[in-house]
Amino acid sequence: MNHRRILIFLLIMILSTTVLFGCKSEDVSTEDDDIPDETPKKTVELLVSAAASLTDVMEELAEEYKAVEPEIDLTFTFGSSGALQAQIEEGAPVDVFMSAAQKQMDSLKTDGLMLDDTIKTLLENKVVLITPKDSELKISSFEELDDDTIKKIAVGDPGNVPVGQYTEEIFQSLELKDKVEPKLVLGNDVRAVLTWVENEEVDCGVVYATDAFTTDKVNIVTEAPEGSHKEVTYPAGVVKDSKHSEEAKTFLDFLSTEKAASIFEKYGFSMK
Amino acid sequence: MDYSPLLISLKTSIIATLITFLVGVYVAYLVTKLNRFKGLIDGILTLPLVLPPTVVGFFLLISLGKNSMVGRYLALCEKSVVFSLTGAIIASTVVSLPLMYRTTRGAFEQLDRDIINVARTLGLSEHKIFLKVMLPNSFFSIMAGVILAFARALGEFGATIMVAGNIPGKTQTMSVAVYTAVQAGNRPLAYRWVLVMGIISFVSMVIMNKFEKNQFGKAGKAVN
Repeated sequence: MNHRRILIFLLIMILSTTVLFGCKSEDVSTEDDDIPDETPKKTVELLVSAAASLTDVMEELAEEYKAVEPEIDLTFTFGSSGALQAQIEEGAPVDVFMSAAQKQMDSLKTDGLMLDDTIKTLLENKVVLITPKDSELKISSFEELDDDTIKKIAVGDPGNVPVGQYTEEIFQSLELKDKVEPKLVLGNDVRAVLTWVENEEVDCGVVYATDAFTTDKVNIVTEAPEGSHKEVTYPAGVVKDSKHSEEAKTFLDFLSTEKAASIFEKYGFSMK
Repeated sequence: MDYSPLLISLKTSIIATLITFLVGVYVAYLVTKLNRFKGLIDGILTLPLVLPPTVVGFFLLISLGKNSMVGRYLALCEKSVVFSLTGAIIASTVVSLPLMYRTTRGAFEQLDRDIINVARTLGLSEHKIFLKVMLPNSFFSIMAGVILAFARALGEFGATIMVAGNIPGKTQTMSVAVYTAVQAGNRPLAYRWVLVMGIISFVSMVIMNKFEKNQFGKAGKAVN
């Protein structure tokens, strides 16, 4: 039967074309030499895998970095920290990894995929209580959430939304859990919580400071009390397989400078 | 506004649709001919349609990544499918293939057996029958499948972001751009991409319906 032969032929065709395509496609982290540049210095392209919540701030930082190190060209890929971790494990050509949680970084470190001495905790995100902009609620702390004037509190679903888990921890440590439980409205992600508060569907909500900073339709009432929940930290580090680890380290150092800090703070992050 | 996501999306989905068309039609033909294992092979080919795209993406990431056979092979020429446009094309192809294959197979199976048998008695080879009888008679259905596959490839998100990442100007497609804009709290940008995608998808569906109507119009006439 010659069908089988055709099928095998087809399979070989597909395989070889993908290989051909693969060979033609540009490697994202090699030197860029298609820029007609008279200076002998070559532009180095750094690929930074960053948590999705860093999208805005990293783009502004990249602009700033151009002035500092013109010969380093920053390229970003944004996604959930877990997906970025999987991509690095599968050999994605990443130079710098910026995670939104310690867990992913620790796991890569344990697998020996990071340059250990480059890993540092860069940022902290605060958990904050927010109200709609025109809210008439007189409230100034988490402790007052059991007040009868507050009917609905939007929080992330503790089952699968990280900020929801932190919120639950806060309520537990302030011994509010039983009192606020009937008022809770659970959101599927932190953006849903934010949108509800923006549109005055709820009296107040609990989100990250960085979320509250993206909109002018909410007021930040207060930060969660120190020690009432596990810290929300953003670690960063250089990937071991990086071909430009020196440049990657320079970039990481830049992220700790005062200049970078002022940009991070503009977006609601706190420096560690 | 940066138009690169539109161009990347179009490039990715056009190439993916082309591959899907060739592979899908041929595979549909082979499967209609199969006697054994039909259910099994059909199941495998349809799987990407029902699996969550992130699962497909994760599977592709593992099977094309550095530790895979393909990955090691590619590493010989210092290349990687992960985080490349090729990765995006592969992801789109895999998720759109079932639609192409299913539509075409349906069309082939609905063909009047008599026409094919007549061609056989007149001495046409099986391959000639495929090219000169089956294909022209299923033309509109196949075109409907092509458009459906194109629309699916255009909207592909989960598998793409897993395999190709989310690199602006390189692998960031429109769907991924919407995700990024929402994550960054940039509503106006998200709305704009949603509008562009909405228009393209809607036009695609209108064209597809036109093809489908033609196919059944023709079938109706043949019966009468």
